[in-house]
Amino acid sequence: MKPLSCVLSGEKVEIVEIRGGRGLVTKLLNMGFYPGVKIAVVSNNGYGPLIVAKKEIRLGLGFGMAQKIFVKE
Amino acid sequence: MKKKIKIALAGNPNSGKTTVFNNLTGARQHVGNWPGVTVEKKEGSFFYEGREFDIIDLPGIYSLTSHSLDEKVARDFLLEEKPDVVVVIIDASNLERNLYLAVQLLELEVNLVLSLNMIDLVKKKGMKIDMEELSRVMNIPVIETIANKGKGMDELKAAIKSSCNQEKAVTFKIDYNNDIEKEVEKLSQVLKEKKILENYSRRWLVLKLLEQDENILEKVKKLEDKDEVTNKITETITKLEKHFGYDLETAIVQRRYAFLRGLVKECCTHVVGIKERKEITDKIDQIVTNKFLGIPIFLGLMWASFQLVFTLGSPLADLIDAFFGWVGEIISLGLTALSAPGWISSLLVDGIIGGVGSVLVFLPNILLLFLIISVLEGSGYMARAAFIMDRVMHAMGLHGKSFIPMMLGFGCNIPGIMAARTLESEKDRILTILVNPLMSCAARLPIYTLFAGVFFARHQGLVVFSLYFMGIVLAIVVARIFKSIFFKQEIAPLIMELPPYRLPQVKSVLIHMWEKGSLFLKKAGTIIFAGVIIIWVLASLPPGVEYAAKESLIGKLGSLIAPLFSLAGFGTWQAAVSLLFGIVAKEIVVGTLGTLYGVEGIGLKSVILQQFTPLSAYAFMAMSLIYVPCIAAIATIKKETNWKWTALAVGYSLILGWIVAVLIYQIGSLFI
Ligand SMILES: Nc1nc2c(ncn2[C@@H]2O[C@H](COP(=O)(O)OP(=O)(O)OP(=O)(O)O)[C@@H](O)[C@H]2O)c(=O)[nH]1
Ligand SMILES: [Mg+2]
Repeated sequence: MKPLSCVLSGEKVEIVEIRGGRGLVTKLLNMGFYPGVKIAVVSNNGYGPLIVAKKEIRLGLGFGMAQKIFVKE
Repeated sequence: MKKKIKIALAGNPNSGKTTVFNNLTGARQHVGNWPGVTVEKKEGSFFYEGREFDIIDLPGIYSLTSHSLDEKVARDFLLEEKPDVVVVIIDASNLERNLYLAVQLLELEVNLVLSLNMIDLVKKKGMKIDMEELSRVMNIPVIETIANKGKGMDELKAAIKSSCNQEKAVTFKIDYNNDIEKEVEKLSQVLKEKKILENYSRRWLVLKLLEQDENILEKVKKLEDKDEVTNKITETITKLEKHFGYDLETAIVQRRYAFLRGLVKECCTHVVGIKERKEITDKIDQIVTNKFLGIPIFLGLMWASFQLVFTLGSPLADLIDAFFGWVGEIISLGLTALSAPGWISSLLVDGIIGGVGSVLVFLPNILLLFLIISVLEGSGYMARAAFIMDRVMHAMGLHGKSFIPMMLGFGCNIPGIMAARTLESEKDRILTILVNPLMSCAARLPIYTLFAGVFFARHQGLVVFSLYFMGIVLAIVVARIFKSIFFKQEIAPLIMELPPYRLPQVKSVLIHMWEKGSLFLKKAGTIIFAGVIIIWVLASLPPGVEYAAKESLIGKLGSLIAPLFSLAGFGTWQAAVSLLFGIVAKEIVVGTLGTLYGVEGIGLKSVILQQFTPLSAYAFMAMSLIYVPCIAAIATIKKETNWKWTALAVGYSLILGWIVAVLIYQIGSLFI
């Protein structure tokens, strides 16, 4: 398990756990990003926000948020 | 009498709700390709087969739990106002996530009509959706639409009509599996016995309580004998979480989505097998959001925009200017020939043509500015700009999403201030509102165009770009300072959907441009006109005084404040009153100068050339950019916050404007 912020561009991972404030977790869950979902990291430059993809959805995620989302290969 | 029928439009952000609304009602509400365009509810109506339907466009939501003000507006409306029919606008190219909301509305037991919008995109992807199957499983009418082409609207109206005649018969239920269902059943019984919140569907209520929706929990906590219920809920949650080994909310969301995955699989077929090709949107994003290229591309786009506004706009503006000059001359010649009293000629030529005309001249520039903004909004770049700036904004105490209100502020600060509603944290929202007036709106463009045209003719685009850029930098600095004084906590991190890029439609871009252009003309005919007349009257009084002389009322008024600005290099009474009246509407700054200076055919430009130096002109432009938001913006800040923040917004901008103008002039004087 590692934070999403460490995943390189182009890799595909599965969400395991989302930590952080309740409101934001709820928001992500309802947007379709919940444990068990497979996502692809479209871009991650190592300090700024990331773009992740779940099928047609492209989500911009602040780096701080990405540090709180834990994923596995 | 038949009662009016109330229809609500709900759906995910950016699914095309407002486009449908505009189609149905003939309205021209703002449409754009990013999530969060609509932030307040908008009402309209349409007639269909002899009946009137009231229809309400709502902000986009992902679920019935709200996280920001705009989402709260939508949620509250759906929960409390009980519309007769809710039309869920679905982005059919993203079926699963869009149906997620629809399913929750079904759980709430509202009358639904599903509009499968963006069917064109589905076809393009080589997919086919089995509408009959979808309609059968969910037990609601399903209509295919392509809102931006106006397709499917009659069918939609027909479906709405027949749906509101129907009795609600809920036969749709997601099976959340035995473990959860058993507890839902038990809790439902408790709520039933206690008669708790009976105006909502009970099953929905229980699920929301198990998801720990704060708003609903709040409602329960307000009830009198709530203890048994709240204890029961906590008990159930603990029990189920122990069973799952993780939190219940996640489990509920997972099962809802699992159901939808099955449904989508059943209803969707790939007509043509598509290889896993890289989406064009991702390709563009690779360049546009690149860590080295992102910000330079953004600045480059901005710079190119100003070049366009000026290189194309200014020659046209000059033509209009020449036209007004000519009309003015004819009128004064004509009036002299008719030996009309001097004041009539002065009112027409100095006041109306000099004042209002000098503002109207800039119509081409303003149209071009809105053309560019509208292309940016339609393309999908708006959300990317926020994304790129997230890092910078974060460092300065703002939120990436705050950048969208800032960009909108380039058109007009009022929608910019409203757009801050999409920020999840109240403190981020207030901060974003406070700095929004520093974004240079279109009303300030005439000031820059006039002064930059006179003093920096060869580098107009660059000079104006520098002012816009100064606005952004100051906003960021001011935000940083306010953040450290008023809002010390952490910034909520960015979570924002990036919509696919779209080619903006020529027709809708032109309509949008024209809308804004006609608003400007309307403003010229009303508030600017009135302002100019008042200035003309004050400049002609007391009786017998020479028009626009220092001894006139307005001259005396201006002379009172003018000394304040001598350190900034524009201590003339005319400049002082123009700033004063500019608070009413920023266009009046130019209108005032036109009324006061445009005397006897010498022309506004040549007078300005004598009264200002390039340096003091630049300081004056900076002052006009920064000092005090216009009255309408002040009122909007008040509406969206409170008096305290409004006073701060007015106060800091006035002081900051003065300081910056003085610094520019004083430091500049050392070098020139
Ligand atoms: N291709 C395609 N684009 C559409 C269709 N309907 C709307 N759009 C585009 O989708 C974008 C979003 O439209 P809006 O009407 O602003 O969406 P909205 O749901 O009101 O969005 P919010 O107010 O942000 O929640 C715009 O760029 C529209 O031109 C459609 O049927 N097909
Ligand atoms: Mg909308």
